Amino acid sequence: MINATLKELSAALAAKSVSSVELAGQYLDRIAALNPALNAFITVDAGKTLAEAAAADAARAAGQAGLLTGVPLAVKDIFCQQGWKTSCGSKMLDNFIAPYDAHVIERVRAAGLVTIGRTNMDEFAMGSANENSYYGAVKNPWDLAAIPGGSSGGSAAAVAARLAPAALGTDTGGSIRQPASHCGITGIKPTYGVVSRYGMVAFASSLDQGGPMAQTAEDCALLLNTMAGFDGRDSTSLERPTEDYTRELNNSLAGLKVGLPKEYFAAGLSADVARVVDAAVAELKKLGAEVVEVSLPNTELSIPAYYVIAPAEASSNLSRYDGVRYGHRAAQYKDLADMYEKSRAEGFGSEVKRRILVGTYVLSHGYYDAYYLKAQKVRRLIADDFKRAFEQCDVILGPVAPTAAFNIGEKSNDPVEMYLSDIYTLSVNLAGLPGMSVPAGFAANGRPIGLQIIGNYFSEAKMLNVAHQFQQVTDWHRQAPAL
Amino acid sequence: MKWEVVIGLEVHTQLNTVSKIFSGSSTAFGAAPNTQASAVELALPGVLPVMNKAAVDKAIRLGLALGSTINKKNVFARKNYFYPDLPKGYQISQMDLPIVEHGSLTIQVGDAEKVVNLTRAHLEEDAGKSIHEGLEGLSGVTGIDLNRAGTPLLEIVSEPEMRSAEEAVAYAKALHTLVTWLGICDGNMQEGSFRVDANVSVRPLGQAEFGTRCEIKNLNSFRFLEAAINYEVHRQIELIEDGGRVVQETRLYDPDKGETRSMRSKEDAHDYRYFPDPDLLPIVIAQAQIDAVREQMPELPGQMKARFVDSFGVSAYDASLLTSSLALAQYFEAVATATGQGKLAANWINGELAASLNRDGLDIAQSPVSAERLAGLVTRVADNTLSNKLAKQVFEAMWGSELSADAIIERDGLKQVSDVGAIEKMVEEAIAANPKAVEEFRAGKEKALNALAGQVMKASKGKANPAQVQEILKQKLGAA
Repeated sequence: MINATLKELSAALAAKSVSSVELAGQYLDRIAALNPALNAFITVDAGKTLAEAAAADAARAAGQAGLLTGVPLAVKDIFCQQGWKTSCGSKMLDNFIAPYDAHVIERVRAAGLVTIGRTNMDEFAMGSANENSYYGAVKNPWDLAAIPGGSSGGSAAAVAARLAPAALGTDTGGSIRQPASHCGITGIKPTYGVVSRYGMVAFASSLDQGGPMAQTAEDCALLLNTMAGFDGRDSTSLERPTEDYTRELNNSLAGLKVGLPKEYFAAGLSADVARVVDAAVAELKKLGAEVVEVSLPNTELSIPAYYVIAPAEASSNLSRYDGVRYGHRAAQYKDLADMYEKSRAEGFGSEVKRRILVGTYVLSHGYYDAYYLKAQKVRRLIADDFKRAFEQCDVILGPVAPTAAFNIGEKSNDPVEMYLSDIYTLSVNLAGLPGMSVPAGFAANGRPIGLQIIGNYFSEAKMLNVAHQFQQVTDWHRQAPAL
Repeated sequence: MKWEVVIGLEVHTQLNTVSKIFSGSSTAFGAAPNTQASAVELALPGVLPVMNKAAVDKAIRLGLALGSTINKKNVFARKNYFYPDLPKGYQISQMDLPIVEHGSLTIQVGDAEKVVNLTRAHLEEDAGKSIHEGLEGLSGVTGIDLNRAGTPLLEIVSEPEMRSAEEAVAYAKALHTLVTWLGICDGNMQEGSFRVDANVSVRPLGQAEFGTRCEIKNLNSFRFLEAAINYEVHRQIELIEDGGRVVQETRLYDPDKGETRSMRSKEDAHDYRYFPDPDLLPIVIAQAQIDAVREQMPELPGQMKARFVDSFGVSAYDASLLTSSLALAQYFEAVATATGQGKLAANWINGELAASLNRDGLDIAQSPVSAERLAGLVTRVADNTLSNKLAKQVFEAMWGSELSADAIIERDGLKQVSDVGAIEKMVEEAIAANPKAVEEFRAGKEKALNALAGQVMKASKGKANPAQVQEILKQKLGAA
């Protein structure tokens, strides 16, 4: 049962071969046994979880169960969830119990999913290794010496270690895709505006997007059906007809045009990842896909553009953490300025401080045009690159990250080196496109490697179709780490 | 040296929307602290702003009234700074693309009209309030009330075109009239619905470039505005004449001391790090939306003023007083139309009525004498039933009762005597009783006639028609 997919659990619950309370208990037991080593969860509250599970069982008994009622779900600690600590991986919010539900939480609650716990993450979603959490680094279940990726590292590790069948993540510059790749699970970042940001603690507003993480593409589609939808409380939420993201899963890939951006296969890509991606492309060819070479010439500029725009927005978004109304406040201070300075100095970790400083600098008088405005222009160029590429293909394939997961501590003293590893994921956020990671193999050292699928705006169903068909002929996604 | 004063005003008007600019919280004034602060105003993690369309319509309304450009695409920006009553650490405002640009407002300064050009008007959210004193049971503690946070503001910025405190006050009053007239702001200055900052500088008369300016904040009455500008002008001239120079800074007006004092200098000024707010899409205004607002526009004060001059024959000065508020203008129009006596109606409204309202601290909407009742009085003045003196007596009586002018005239027997026979009889009696005065008059002392007329008026208990008395007296004395 512990290796079951959402779909299988849904069927088991419907058949009453297991109750939601039993299921929750199994996962809670596993978390109790394995989480001390993995550190994937920040908060586990068996009482709350079992109460939700009992409510789901009652709903089922009353004939009111939906497809996912009673299925356990891990929640990234970035989604405000009433009654749960919502720390965002920060000391700043260590004492913050959310008094309201994010839109996504409202949706998953309404669907009857059961919160199995709140997952660890890089502080305020800033990081690619999940080493920047106030609650300590998350370990990769495939190799405890390795990073799980970030910032949704806790969610990815939880699903990979079968501590939860699925999880909620967010992706600002790769934070769903990169940990999914490093942990050997499937995750999708939808088109910007498909999932409401209301109640998702903001990192970089114009880039943040919530999405599902699970074992399979099909599970991601089911969970995305629950998460997506218009929300009037988010002005960037898109008012579109409701979609069934499973509707294209079983379509044939015959004639599918797959674009391979030449810039994604240039210097810097490790041999392991190149081999895995090549093999995945070959597999898709067998399913009838045609391969075309495309070009995304401004790919390299995505790094400087992203590391201007994201910190700029973050520097402003994080100003509300001032110790006045909630969150961490220094115990001793002389005056107002001192209270701000001490509270923020104590409450934020070093990567968050670094980005606040960078963001403050690039927005400063006299520097705005040279940095922020220029980065916005680059952003437009990057979006135009994709627009041209999608005139030639249906989906773009490539690596998620240049290498498989590196070791914990390996890059933590070199932020620029860390930023460079985001090269294949940042462009998607800058352009607002959907992107996903699908398990596609392993590095020589046994660490998982994902294949990235990038789609045009609102082509999530097509991307999930490609991933699902790939998963029908491969079993990378069903492999679990030995724990 | 002769100095020229240069003044530009920035006016923060609270738009009277039911809910806040970026949330559904109520904007009502005076509730218990923080009871009108939702998760959005508290800036809890994860909350997002959503634009209140009613505020956009109100801004368009002002733009149309000022003949401004309405920017069909306008953008919200974040103005970043830390302050406890600014929960997000930034204020959502507009920088590069405000909703309203340009336009002008015509003001009346004494007998002259002057056109003041507008730079822009932009939408933004109000901050909360820091309360430093009067907190029950707490001392040395600052309280934060976020009820006001998120109240929609329209900041209206003029060009530096005013040349005296008098002009600045006239502009502020005209703008106050306009925003209340348009129904976009309640105009309550005590509650902070209409707040004025003045940018003041001086330069030698004839010099083209501006002097260094100071911005004076905290001007919540027209009287303070005038006093603060006059103080500041005096301070700047004295400083320069003593060999000093004006430093660009923000100054606070202290109404108790009647002076301005430095709040922060330009060097301490914040770098607000404006950038477009990624949580809000640009506001895109369709022509149809502008047209819909235009259709709902009332006749404007300037238009009504011109019409009062043309149709009712009142002076420009009187017309500008009468159009100082929509309610007053409507009151006047009702009286003038009912009586056909524009000038007389204007005199009564700007005179007796205004004085009585002022004495009792009432505004026109609270007037104990309705337009209909005042029209009844004006009619009786126009048809000579009442002398001015009697009319004032009747007006006094109306103020304290619900009776019509006619009912009071009847009750108190105040009808003016215009019966020629009756007046002749009283004139003859007066002549007979005052031979000395008659003699003096005949000797050429014109004043003596007034003494005789006074006797007649006294005998009539003030009710004789004074013009008739004069006429008959002259007749009887053979002077006519």
